[in-house]
Amino acid sequence: MVEGDASPLSLLTLLVLVGVLAYAAAAGSALLHARAAGTAPVAALAVPARESARLLVQRRRTVPGADALLWRLGGALLPVAAALAALVVPLGSTAVSDLSVGVVWFNAMEVLAWCAVWLLGWGANSVWGLVGGYRFLIQGLSYELPHMFALITAALGAGSLRVGDIVAAQEGVWFAVLMPAAFAVYLVSALAMAFWGPFDAPVGRDLAGGASAEPTGVDRLVLLAGRYMLLAVVAAMAVPLFLGGGAGPILPAWAWSLFKTALVLGLLVWIGHRVPTVRMDRFTEVGWMVLLPLSLLQALVVSVLVLAR
Amino acid sequence: MAETVVFVVCALGAVASGVAVFVVDSMARATFALLASFLFAAVPLLLLGLSYLGVLVVLMMVMEMMVMVVFMIMYMMNPAGLMPMSMVHNKAGALTVAAVTFAVLAAGVLLVPWPAREGSPPGDPTLQLAEAIMGPHMLVMMLVGMVLFATMVASVVLSTPRGRYDRYGDDLRRPRPDDPIRGGVGR
Amino acid sequence: MTLEAFLLLAAALFSVGLFGALSQQSVVMVMMGLELMINGVIVAAGALWFFVSPERPDGQVLVLVAITAMAVEMAVGFAVTTAIFRARDIDMVDAADDLGDRGRAQEEGRERDREQDRERDR
Repeated sequence: MVEGDASPLSLLTLLVLVGVLAYAAAAGSALLHARAAGTAPVAALAVPARESARLLVQRRRTVPGADALLWRLGGALLPVAAALAALVVPLGSTAVSDLSVGVVWFNAMEVLAWCAVWLLGWGANSVWGLVGGYRFLIQGLSYELPHMFALITAALGAGSLRVGDIVAAQEGVWFAVLMPAAFAVYLVSALAMAFWGPFDAPVGRDLAGGASAEPTGVDRLVLLAGRYMLLAVVAAMAVPLFLGGGAGPILPAWAWSLFKTALVLGLLVWIGHRVPTVRMDRFTEVGWMVLLPLSLLQALVVSVLVLAR
Repeated sequence: MAETVVFVVCALGAVASGVAVFVVDSMARATFALLASFLFAAVPLLLLGLSYLGVLVVLMMVMEMMVMVVFMIMYMMNPAGLMPMSMVHNKAGALTVAAVTFAVLAAGVLLVPWPAREGSPPGDPTLQLAEAIMGPHMLVMMLVGMVLFATMVASVVLSTPRGRYDRYGDDLRRPRPDDPIRGGVGR
Repeated sequence: MTLEAFLLLAAALFSVGLFGALSQQSVVMVMMGLELMINGVIVAAGALWFFVSPERPDGQVLVLVAITAMAVEMAVGFAVTTAIFRARDIDMVDAADDLGDRGRAQEEGRERDREQDRERDR
């Protein structure tokens, strides 16, 4: 039985938690880098803090002809989108706002990342940024439909768009077991959404940083923080959707939620270091020819199961 | 009271950003002004308790505008608005028609005796909509599905310059298609 | 909040969109005007559902249809724009009024230009 938390989750607690998870993701990434490079792994834990401090005192770069309004908007939108999407993610059994259409809300808010990355690329008046922005759009069109079907499949299994109901429907068997293909598609699209790991082509090194080529100083800090926040939030959403929410023995529900989130986040960060960047022209066809039919079939199987139950 | 304030702010915002679409020079800004107008217009829907449709409008409009911005920049001569230019015809006439239309519509809105409300909103409007389109209004859903499918086929046919003869050769005997980009599933 | 307030918002959005659709020369800007008009329809349908007959789902279904119309309009609109741009290098509605009265004269004029080009090339 999932225990309900006594006090409802406050917005501030949620933001702090997302921030901590985002920092952990950045530190984990730095740790893997340090291990691969053969330097002291422990020192890597402070790398994000040091990098943030450096960016805070760095002077902002200005670009001639930049569309400053759209550029700043794009930078600010990324963390805002992550925070808004986090509103419906429950910790244990309480979310800041357990909307009746929570799954659709989550989807709508993470799509704002498309705007953010494209605006960052366009606003900077830089060819690298613009190419990066367009790459993210094509990446979005490739991952979004399978991603939507993965979300819908989880909602279908529970018969509700409310995240709380989806958690409640997994008391017997987790949706990760019931619908493994949807879970896998969700994880792939989570990586693509946060343009992380194999899907970092929009900010790829072949583009000198792509959409993140021009932002410096505080702008860059907000961009990087927003990206890690987005990664943390999509990892956290995998827990109520597929991994039974706060279900687990002995420990309270919120601890299990955090533990599972940390596991998924760790997996995503690790994949990001193990898998090379995928070219967009390749991934588009994979998305439409493999992931989309796969997620449709998964939805069909789950709906038959729901009818038979 | 708070709802009224939110409604007024969003209504003014929606109309103002709708006007901005045709005022700003930069195509990127015009697209995002249109997006802002849609987001402002989704809030009144949320105020009416239509949470699903309101969030759906947000979701769809964000994606649609991100596709639109590609075409806006592709097909306008002056995408960034760096050189102010006017690409309008018959502006005075259009303005008159729009103003008259608004006057007529507004007069209708204010003069027509609207029927009294029958019943009260259901507890979950999303459920009401879902049961309608999967029950008595299923024809709507089927037609929407057919139309969307026809749209997909039509838009691909219209926009691709390459047919099967380009891909598989004149006698369609090429074992693997000759595509400019090979794609990712091993062809 | 009253029904009249919502309908006035819808009328304003519709009129702004109408102005855009009538006055813009670029095909994509015309489509932006059309989208704004449909946006007005969405607001009006939602308001009529809530204030007139909330027990019947018709208003909500109409919103759904309007959203679909918007998606279809954009997809086919851009496909047609792409096709006509590929075939004739046109991205302005004034140049694509083949079915209008002036279309025929323009087509003949274009034919004459092409003839002259060919003459010159020879």
